[in-house]
Amino acid sequence: MRYMLLICGDSETAASSAADGSIMAGCAAWTEEMRRRGVLRAVEGLRPPSDATTVRVRGDQVLLTDGPFAETKEQIGGYCLIECADLDEAIEVASKHPWAKVGMLEVRPVGQP
Amino acid sequence: MTSEAQAAVAAAFQEEWGQIVATLIGATGDWDLAEECAQDAFAQALERWPRDGIPSRAGAWLTTVARNRATDRLRREAIGAAKLRQAVRLAPTEPPGDDDAAVSGVRDDRLRLMFTCCHPALALEAQVALTLRTLAGLTTAEIARAFLVPEATMSKRLVRAKQKIRHAGIPYRVPPAHLLPERTAGVLSVLYLLFNEGYAATAGADLVREGLCAEAIRLARVLVRLLPDEPEASGLLALMLLHDARRVTRVDGAGVLVPLERQDRSRWDAREIGEGVELLDRALRLGHAGPYQLQAAIAACHASAADAADTDWAEIAALYGRLVQLVPSPVVELNRAVAVAMADGPTAGLALLETLEASGALAGYHLLPATRADLLRRLGRGAEAAAAYRDALALAATEAERRYLRQRLRETAARS
Repeated sequence: MRYMLLICGDSETAASSAADGSIMAGCAAWTEEMRRRGVLRAVEGLRPPSDATTVRVRGDQVLLTDGPFAETKEQIGGYCLIECADLDEAIEVASKHPWAKVGMLEVRPVGQP
Repeated sequence: MTSEAQAAVAAAFQEEWGQIVATLIGATGDWDLAEECAQDAFAQALERWPRDGIPSRAGAWLTTVARNRATDRLRREAIGAAKLRQAVRLAPTEPPGDDDAAVSGVRDDRLRLMFTCCHPALALEAQVALTLRTLAGLTTAEIARAFLVPEATMSKRLVRAKQKIRHAGIPYRVPPAHLLPERTAGVLSVLYLLFNEGYAATAGADLVREGLCAEAIRLARVLVRLLPDEPEASGLLALMLLHDARRVTRVDGAGVLVPLERQDRSRWDAREIGEGVELLDRALRLGHAGPYQLQAAIAACHASAADAADTDWAEIAALYGRLVQLVPSPVVELNRAVAVAMADGPTAGLALLETLEASGALAGYHLLPATRADLLRRLGRGAEAAAAYRDALALAATEAERRYLRQRLRETAARS
């Protein structure tokens, strides 16, 4: 099964962790390990929500908002697409991600809504 | 004959429901289909057993009928190759004979079902509801009544949980060794929650809620049989049995809570106490005394005392001391204070209680002022005791508790 790991946390923690080299190094090591294991399909970090633009179309108007879709403290800072046998393996992979120790990871199965 | 057959179906339902559902989920991966086909099998038994006689192996008969039903339905509904493959996998019914292999296969399925129902990715309330529905065979309406929620709410909860199992890929299996200890603890806590729901319901006199105790004990028995080397499973079953043995004496005819020291010990269930103590002794010999075993050991001290005065409070206080190290909880601290008060006198208990009160951890919990009141009363400080009883009365949640506290308050006021 494929799962999306959404890397979540508040922006301040994200900024301070970006400055902390050990977390970034941990992410690189995790990526390397999961690639070797063959579970990692895609992985990207994201620019902070202050760089986001939210798009909606209402009628024939394209409406833009400066900022993320939800004005919450918790934001998505990156994602990984993994392929695992089941939820237990996905949880194990997510719990090894260094970000799990400072923020949190949401494990979402990929599929039709 | 008819009533005999009906009784046999009812007994088979209690014994076999969980196994049949577990086997069918294992074979089809479809929880709804499994439940529906199990239900059909019991409906057929009600129709055929009075006419054809009760089969010698009721479980095997029911499983075969349910399996055939599932095969039929999958064949009829087969739209793609995957469904057909499922139907084929179901088709060969094992030749009867080799009883042990058949039994152990079935047992494994039930254990898989337990671990899946109690998977930590499901909300606790969903774990409880799924366990009651799929393993114990309670209807959605019954579970809703037991947990005091509308049937529609419970139905939604069950549907959602089953959907999550399917869509999120929660595996249907006994967890691997490195996950087993924490997952087992999860299963045990669901069973204990079930038991406590039933145990707390005594005053409400709702039979469905009281029935939760019996269901919890039945499921714990299954778990003990499947995990014989897990001392905490035996410890939990022992704990349930030792509490259940005193259940009928906890409330008097007028619905007033009867404290342990005033309960009629001749009405305690000696068979349950004997079984509980034996289970506990066997568990403790494995040498890993966890929280359930310690609680069962405390319950055993009470259950085996000839009368209240004979209770080994020093031993109980020591057991609470060990328990609080494993489970640092303020409620356990409170119980330890009570035991210490009994072993070393109210002053010693009051000192522990004051530390606990200062921590603020149990603010709003009626048993904190109620305990304080009891200790003050025993020290002859009547006015302070009465004030504490009033504090407790204001916080108590159930009528049985309030009735008990009012009675104590009257006694205290009369004496001072």
